[in-house]
Amino acid sequence: MSKIFAKGLVCPLDKNNVDTDQIIPKQFLTSVSRDGFADAMFFDWRYLADGSPDPDFVINKPEYNGASILLTRANFGCGSSREHAPWAIQQYGFNVIIAESFADIFFNNSVNNAMLLIQLSKTNIDLLFNRCQQGPQHWQIDLASQEILFGNNAALGFNIDADIKQRLLSGLDFIGSSEQLNSQITDFEQSRKASQPWLG
Amino acid sequence: MGHAFSTTSSSAKTLYQKIYASHVVGKLNPSTDLLFVDRHLIHEVTSPQAFSGLKLANRKVRRPDLTFATMDHNVSTQRRSIDAAGETSRKQLEALAANCSENNIPLLDLTHPDQGIVHVIGPEQGLTQPGMIIVCGDSHTSTHGAFGALAFGIGTSEVEHVLATQTLPQQQAKTLKVEINGELSAHVTPKDVIMAVIAELGTAGGNGYVAEFGGSAIAAMSMEGRMTLCNMSIEMGAKAGLIAPDETTFAYLKGKAHAPQAEHWDAAVQYWQSLYSDADAVFDKQVEIDAGSITPQITWGTNPEQVIAIDQSVPSPASFTDATKRDAAERALAYMGLAPGQKLTDCQVDVVFIGSCTNSRIEDLRAAASVVQGKQVAAGVRALVVPGSGIVKRQAEAEGLADIFKSAGFEWREPGCSMCLGMNDDRVAAGERCASTSNRNFEGRQGRGARTHLVSPAMAAAAAIAGKFVNIATVSSEQAAIQKETRYE
Ligand code: SF4
Repeated sequence: MSKIFAKGLVCPLDKNNVDTDQIIPKQFLTSVSRDGFADAMFFDWRYLADGSPDPDFVINKPEYNGASILLTRANFGCGSSREHAPWAIQQYGFNVIIAESFADIFFNNSVNNAMLLIQLSKTNIDLLFNRCQQGPQHWQIDLASQEILFGNNAALGFNIDADIKQRLLSGLDFIGSSEQLNSQITDFEQSRKASQPWLG
Repeated sequence: MGHAFSTTSSSAKTLYQKIYASHVVGKLNPSTDLLFVDRHLIHEVTSPQAFSGLKLANRKVRRPDLTFATMDHNVSTQRRSIDAAGETSRKQLEALAANCSENNIPLLDLTHPDQGIVHVIGPEQGLTQPGMIIVCGDSHTSTHGAFGALAFGIGTSEVEHVLATQTLPQQQAKTLKVEINGELSAHVTPKDVIMAVIAELGTAGGNGYVAEFGGSAIAAMSMEGRMTLCNMSIEMGAKAGLIAPDETTFAYLKGKAHAPQAEHWDAAVQYWQSLYSDADAVFDKQVEIDAGSITPQITWGTNPEQVIAIDQSVPSPASFTDATKRDAAERALAYMGLAPGQKLTDCQVDVVFIGSCTNSRIEDLRAAASVVQGKQVAAGVRALVVPGSGIVKRQAEAEGLADIFKSAGFEWREPGCSMCLGMNDDRVAAGERCASTSNRNFEGRQGRGARTHLVSPAMAAAAAIAGKFVNIATVSSEQAAIQKETRYE
């Protein structure tokens, strides 16, 4: 695996508290499949009432066409547990989100879909937004060395949980790795039944 | 399970840490444990892809006996029929029914008299018990923490993981203690308490934490009130809300369908009594709130921290020192059609929604009905009451609450999530202002362009009667007093 986890154009979404109802509104949650959510991402912000793209919404601006890194602010993904939110973002083409903070469930859901979520201090997030004001940015993410590479030898380090890093680098099977503890699960079930028979 | 407590631990633990430790099946790596899940609740919206994934990988549901399903999010509240909420909803409901029957998972479908919102029926059925780990593909799973269970929302990949293994990989969360001491004023409800807590901590204040609520105000609260509190702990970003179980908890559970039966009851209670944070346990963060200082709350903006006391004025964006909060306030005011300095008590309402997993239990309906009794919904206001479950509905009908609502001009509906998120046809139209007892005031949550103000059931009922928001403290003092006396038996 290459040490570059991702590279591409950065789209700056300058908002705090972007919630899951904005990322994908409820009318798209009636699907029973995992696919087909790309057009639903940020639906209410992205399209005007007549269904045409809102030219003022950052995602729709031509200079951000094809972006694969989403830069945003604090508490991104707050709200519901719908995994449709990271599915929509990923299917649109983003596989990296950089933010000051993420809501817990959204974070886990994204990691479970092999997306990289990078959390940075407010100062560094401000710095990245400033960079974006200078014109469209193409960055590379080196996951092994935990750095965002801006070109011209400039880089910004980030922290990441060792387990998540390992999972992203090796592509471990989420359920499969837990199944390796199968006999421990069985032992646990038996002792649970003995000590707390009412639990079933 | 029990063995974790039979030996005295050298270091003091919080309630969260006790529950966590007692569920560790094994270690996946130095920082991640595999935890056993006691109850897995599922519903139609976040489970279909998990079942397909399972099938695709040739996996089976490991413990269908610990898995329970309901239909709630996109059911019609007008008629009990899976056809009643449209074609796409019907497909999703059918998929759930098929997945449940294929895998032997008990399902409270629309023909079941106890069907209702997943977080209302879990406790009602006695599925929710102290010390358990409970998960559900729904963020308001935090509700069940009111019983001293570690309960949190998960995504669909995790639903699939739990179906396959009855476990979930977890890392220890940080611990937050929210201590609320003193007595609540007559007109102040648990909904106001949690809104005040969110105002204090912010929507991200709980990120990474499990929040335990304690203090004399919590001890005095009914199970319904505690559920309202824990329900909205997700709105401050907390992974879960927790309240140590006590006699109120045990009394609520006794005799419930899935609660421990007679031969196990005493042993269960004995175990439950060990579930509290040790006196010298250390929390990562602690806040203290004086219950007496809390007044009736209302949101003015589009996230749950944009909240004021009903007698305060809508803030000016300029009053926020943080630039992004200032921008958010500006945007929220534009979306909500409000101006700085405005009083919400001068604002007309178009829709009133009493329902959702936050406030659709019997105590909530009693509080609302006591405000409504003998009065009429104001002209031009559409008002609906959606009980949280079949059990709540029947009880409200037996107590005469349904008649009070109906004769006042409220619509009396079948149980479901309804206008909380408008997946069915219960929606707020663009530009309409809604007094809602639900938990989220996000843009578009109740319908595109809908303007949501979160309030307590009594405040919502008062708004329906007046046709505008009113300060419940100035309307009547009876209903809140009644509510304080109410205890679920
Ligand atoms: S009532 Fe609302 S918040 Fe509660 S489970 Fe249903 S949709 Fe979610």
